[in-house]
Amino acid sequence: MLSENKLKMSSSPHIRSKTTSGNIMLMVAVALLPAAAFGVYNFKLPALIMLISTTASAVLTEYIYQKFMHKKVTINDFSAVVTGLLLGLNMPASAPWWMGALGSVFGILIVKQLFGGLGQNFMNPALGARCFLLISFTGQMTTFIYDGVSGPTPLALLKGGEPVDTMSMLIGTIPGTIGETSVIAIIIGAIFLILMGVIDLRIPGTYIVTFAVFVGIFGHFQNPDIGFFDPQYITAHLCGGGIMLGAWFMATDYVTSPITKKGQLVYGVLLGVLTGLFRLFGGSAEGVSYAIIISNLLVPLIERVTLPKPFGKGGEK
Amino acid sequence: MNGCTERVYNGLIKENPTFVLMLGMCPTLAVTTSAVNGVGMGLSTTVVLVLSNMLISMLRKIIPDSVRMPAFIVVVASFVTIVQFLLEGFVPSLYDALGLYIPLIVVNCIILGRAESYASKNPVVLSIFDGIGMGLGFTVGLTAIGLVRELIGSGKIFGYQLLPLADTATGQAGYVPVTIFILAPGAFLVLAGLTALQNKVKLRAARKGKKVTEASGCGEGCASCGGCNGKVFPTGNEKE
Repeated sequence: MLSENKLKMSSSPHIRSKTTSGNIMLMVAVALLPAAAFGVYNFKLPALIMLISTTASAVLTEYIYQKFMHKKVTINDFSAVVTGLLLGLNMPASAPWWMGALGSVFGILIVKQLFGGLGQNFMNPALGARCFLLISFTGQMTTFIYDGVSGPTPLALLKGGEPVDTMSMLIGTIPGTIGETSVIAIIIGAIFLILMGVIDLRIPGTYIVTFAVFVGIFGHFQNPDIGFFDPQYITAHLCGGGIMLGAWFMATDYVTSPITKKGQLVYGVLLGVLTGLFRLFGGSAEGVSYAIIISNLLVPLIERVTLPKPFGKGGEK
Repeated sequence: MNGCTERVYNGLIKENPTFVLMLGMCPTLAVTTSAVNGVGMGLSTTVVLVLSNMLISMLRKIIPDSVRMPAFIVVVASFVTIVQFLLEGFVPSLYDALGLYIPLIVVNCIILGRAESYASKNPVVLSIFDGIGMGLGFTVGLTAIGLVRELIGSGKIFGYQLLPLADTATGQAGYVPVTIFILAPGAFLVLAGLTALQNKVKLRAARKGKKVTEASGCGEGCASCGGCNGKVFPTGNEKE
C-alpha cells in the first residue's frame, strides 16, 4: 500500500543532477594545477607571480563589475578563476605581471561580462584576452626566456626546419608560455577531467587527429625535406606550442563550443585545419589561440546547421 | 533659440552623427588612428557638407524628385574632388594619412542623408547651418575617438608625446603603448566606450530635467519628415 508521503505528484524534472557550474569549473581549475605547478617549477618565481596576478585580477574584476552593476556576484562559481588561470598559463613568464592583469580585466570585463556574463560570452575570455595582449604587446608576448636565455620555441625551430628534442618537449623543459610546455602535466589534468565526466574526447580527439593529419600531409609542402606523415615531425608539432593546452582545456569550454554531437566533430575538424594552416603557412609559428577564437565565432553557425531533427519532423514530402 | 543656432546645437549634441545617429561609420572607424587625422577628416567632411547642403538647398525646386539621388551625388562628388585637390596641394601629409577615405566622402551617409532629409526640403541659410552643425558634430566625434586611441595606443596627443614611453633596452620605466588601440579593433572598442559614456551623461542630464536627450536618434532626426504631416507628401515643404 502506498503511504501518503511515497506518492508525490509533481511535474518533471523528477531527477536532478547535483552538478553545478561551480562544481565543473572547480574541477577544471584542479585539472589545470599540474600544468601550473610544472610551469612554476620550470620558470620559477615570475611564473608564480604571473599566475597569481591573472587569477586575482580576473576574480576582482568580476566582483567589482557585478557590485557596480548591482548584479548577483558570481565569483563563487570559479569561472573567473579558470579564466584567470588559463590566461596566466598562456602568458610567457618573462612578461611583466601588470600585462597579465590587464589581460584579465579585458577578458572578464569586455569579452565576458559586457556580453552578459558566464554562458553568454561569444568567445573564450582567456583566449580573447591573450589575443588582445598578443596584438598589443607583440614583442613581450613572443619573447620566451628559459634558464635565463631568450631563445626560440621548438615550434619556431620546427618552422625554420631545424631539429628539435621531442623528449624534452614531452616533459616540458623548453621555452614557451607558462602552462603549455609540459605535455605530460596537461595530459594528467585532461585524464582527470575525462574521468570526472567534465569533458569527452569528441572535440579534443577530432581536433588533434585532424591537426596531425593536416600537418602530416602539408608539412611536406612547407618544408620539402620532410616526408609525408613523418612521425617525428608530427609528434614534435603535437608536443610543441599550445595545442595540448588548447585542445583539452580551451576548445572544450562549454559556453563557446557546440552542444550538438555532430557539431562538436565539425568544430574539432575546423580547429585542426585552422591550427595547421596558421602554423605551417601563417606569419608566426603558433596559431592555436587564433584558431580557437575564430572557431568560437563560428559555433552558432555550426549549431544551426547540425541541429538534430525532432522525431517526425522533416520527413519525405 | 533661433533656427540657425538650433541647427548647430542639433548637429553637435542632440543628433551627433557619430555617437547618436551612428552615421558615417566607415571613416569613423578607419581614419581615427590619431587626433590629427580625426580633425582632418572631420573638417574635410564639414566643408563638403556645408557646400553641398547649400547648393542642394538652392537647387531643391529645380531637381526633379525622381532623379534626386544622382543629382545629389554629382553635387557632392564635385565638392569632394575640389577638397581632395586642395588637401593634396596644401596638406600632403594629411592627404597621405587619409588616403582612400577622401574620395569616399562622396558616399558618406551623413552628407547624402542631410541632403535628402534636410537640405532638399529647407531654405538655404538653415541648410548651411545644418551642414555646419552636423559637420562640427562629426568633427568632434572623430577627434574624440582619435584622441583616446592615440593616447592609449601610442601615448601621444596631437603628435605630442604626452606619456614618456618605456624603453626596454635601457630598462627605463614608462608608458607601454597598447598597440591594439591604433589598430582596427581599437576603433570599435573606443567608439562603443565613448557612445556608452555620452548616453550615460545624457541620461543623467535627462533625469535632472534638462531636455538634452528627449529626441535621441530618429525622433528629431525625422523632424523634417514630421513637418510633412497632413500635407501633400512630395512638395517641398519649407519651414517658414
